[in-house]
Amino acid sequence: MMDLDTKVAPAPVTARVRRFVPRQKYLPVTATAVLISLMYGIGVVNYTGFSDTQIVLNIFIDNAFLLVVAVGMTFVILTGGIDLSVGAVVALTTMVVALLLENGWPPAVVLPVALLMGSTIGLGMGLMIHYFDVQPFIATLAGMFLARGLCYVISTDSIPIDDPFWVRVSNAQLWFGGWFISISVLVALAVVLIAAYVLAYTTFGRDVYAVGGDPQSARLMGLRVGRTRVAVYTISGLCSGLGGVLLSFYMSSGYGLHASGMELDAIAAVVIGGTLLTGGSGYVLGTVLGVLVLGLIQTIITFQGNLSSWWTKIFIGLFLFVFIVLQRVVTRRRR
Amino acid sequence: MSETEPVLVMRGIGKRFPGVVALDGVDLRLFPGEVHALMGENGAGKSTLIKVLTGAYHHDQGDITLGGEQVAFAGPHQAQQAGISTVYQEINLCPNLSVAENVLIGRSPTRFGRIRWSAMRRRAEDLLARLHLSIDVGSDLGTHSIAVQQMVAIARALDVDAKVLVLDEPTSSLDASEVDQLFRVMRGLKDEGIAILFVTHFLDQVYEIADRMTVLRNGRLVGEFRTAELSQLDLVAAMIGKELAALEDIEEAPRREVAALERGTPIVSAETLGRTGAIAPFSLAIHKGEVVGLAGLLGSGRTEIARLLFGADRADQGRLRVDGAPVAFRGPQSAMRHRIAYCPENRRTDGLVEDLTVRENIILAMQAARGWARPVPRGRQDELVARYVKALDIRPADPELPVRNLSGGNQQKVLLARWLITEPKLMILDEPTRGIDVGAKAEIQRLVVELSDGGMAVLFISAELEEVLRLSHKVAVLRDRRLVAELENTDGLDTDRVMAAIASGGAA
Repeated sequence: MMDLDTKVAPAPVTARVRRFVPRQKYLPVTATAVLISLMYGIGVVNYTGFSDTQIVLNIFIDNAFLLVVAVGMTFVILTGGIDLSVGAVVALTTMVVALLLENGWPPAVVLPVALLMGSTIGLGMGLMIHYFDVQPFIATLAGMFLARGLCYVISTDSIPIDDPFWVRVSNAQLWFGGWFISISVLVALAVVLIAAYVLAYTTFGRDVYAVGGDPQSARLMGLRVGRTRVAVYTISGLCSGLGGVLLSFYMSSGYGLHASGMELDAIAAVVIGGTLLTGGSGYVLGTVLGVLVLGLIQTIITFQGNLSSWWTKIFIGLFLFVFIVLQRVVTRRRR
Repeated sequence: MSETEPVLVMRGIGKRFPGVVALDGVDLRLFPGEVHALMGENGAGKSTLIKVLTGAYHHDQGDITLGGEQVAFAGPHQAQQAGISTVYQEINLCPNLSVAENVLIGRSPTRFGRIRWSAMRRRAEDLLARLHLSIDVGSDLGTHSIAVQQMVAIARALDVDAKVLVLDEPTSSLDASEVDQLFRVMRGLKDEGIAILFVTHFLDQVYEIADRMTVLRNGRLVGEFRTAELSQLDLVAAMIGKELAALEDIEEAPRREVAALERGTPIVSAETLGRTGAIAPFSLAIHKGEVVGLAGLLGSGRTEIARLLFGADRADQGRLRVDGAPVAFRGPQSAMRHRIAYCPENRRTDGLVEDLTVRENIILAMQAARGWARPVPRGRQDELVARYVKALDIRPADPELPVRNLSGGNQQKVLLARWLITEPKLMILDEPTRGIDVGAKAEIQRLVVELSDGGMAVLFISAELEEVLRLSHKVAVLRDRRLVAELENTDGLDTDRVMAAIASGGAA
């Protein structure tokens, strides 16, 4: 239509000024970052040994699967949806992985099968939500019961995993300097980077935000709302499948009781990370911070030593309240 | 305009919704390089026709040919691909995305699947520059005024290599200079050979810009006319299809007599009431049976005053009295208890519940006032609703239809009915006639007169000064979120003086 690259941008001055003005939409993420620094500070001041970098790395090691699942959840919540099935799909994946390995399937086949299964369940729910106009809450609730139930069809007991590849991966420690991480952490970080890239730099990613902002407008702007919706649930399913694989590394077993309530942890991490439940606003970085908050709470309670682990839940609950209130304040002021 | 081949032909288009025939055998022809006005009252089927054209709805009958080929759009995306771009009446953009994205999303510049943000910003800035708008394209759309958002929507439509540009009420939220700007752009596009379908309720604008027009009434085609060959009066007659008596009544109605009004204790009086960042402290008294008009440009603080008086926002300065007694509203609930009603400006998002029926929407406020523990008996509901549907001439007159199936003007009437049922002492009407047609406008104006004659106080907010002057006993003039003048509506007052007051900040 016109030759754009030869034209000089008309307002370079405003463009430069812009960067120094903090945007209100970054406020929730900033708040989470501040909270983390505060919690970390409290930990370092009160407990000896807390300042060891390995403590932070351990949080990633212990929550790599949650991080992957929460990234998938971020896509769904950005469109204004919700996915309750993730915990159950994670559990089902561990079961299927354990069963197939027990029957002597090679890891090179088991891995893709696990990922494919997760994506397929997500795809199914996405199609249901889009074509039959079912509430995401209900569709994924059905998916949750289905997946959790299927676990017990496979076995009511825990199935141990002793495949050599699996054992090797789960025991691997990647050392650098005096610290180490697990392979799962690498996988999780890769997922985070890919997701952040997709959301910020691909048309699909921007469609996700548009759909979350105003689905009707997005449709009238000619965006493929249905395709985007189905895709985010498929991505969430894929992430759940991958999360299940990581959990099977971590637990070295498949069990129907694995990851119970994980969907709620994932949602909590996403919300604490500053993503609006109404959709359209949030970042994968926020979700990483959200998972870190959950991990830090656990770590602090472990260091404290005399608190029951239920205090984790109490603090998560409190933080959720605070962040949801914060979100309301931000969105209301923006209006 | 040359009588070449039409770029677009719609023939015999029919569309029905549950319980409503929205379109019945409608034809439309668009030629390249013309501005074609689509005219009709609310509910005449303009919006439906446009949605069929742009693929948002599927038509039940008829066919569409674009550039000589028959087309059937599965959705807006395909219509856009085919070269039909649309700016809708209700701004359909995503407030959570940046201005640049709103202009370009769906066709963002990419390289190897990666969005080139800098190219995107530059292109958005260029497109907005064509509309003489220079704003930070990286800012969120939601932070800008409705007028700016409208311009962004138009910039978006311009970016597509459009053969047909549909502008559905683009001017209803623009001020005069913005309208001129838009018309300049439209003329430029026309010269480029684009066919523009233009929908508006402002007849003057039609005569200023349109070459031809198609008139609809009640979902049927009235005819296709050349603008130069149809007088305004004939056009209005064609649109409403009845004698113009009703219209002329209101046009010729004598100016409201200020003297006839006895002013005792005001029903509502604000004393240096204000809210930081929204409106500077103002004093305003509204008496029984008085219509107070608020005049001022978009964003001058009209709606802010309304929201303070209704308790939707909380004042942080000054005092509010109702019937002489000081009150502090904690929310709309308390205002409603004092029998203050508010019809908001944006009926789609702030007022109506689209999925509920006409009856349910009308009963809503009354029910809220009674409290949920005491449901309004169904018999009484039906009786009340039937009365107001009749009194306000809500069409179609079926109280069990979902409100979303009604046209804009009829939705506005439903909103009015909702508040009238509660028998308020003060009715705040924020742009009640925006985006609705002459006939419905006259009806609503007549209603305001009747209500105030019956003793109700009305705060009337409108961008159209003529309307404000015609109805009000007193005009409060706003500028830059400050009440700058209060003018008695006596013989000497005309739009020029009000405009002078706006322009000079009240020194006139």
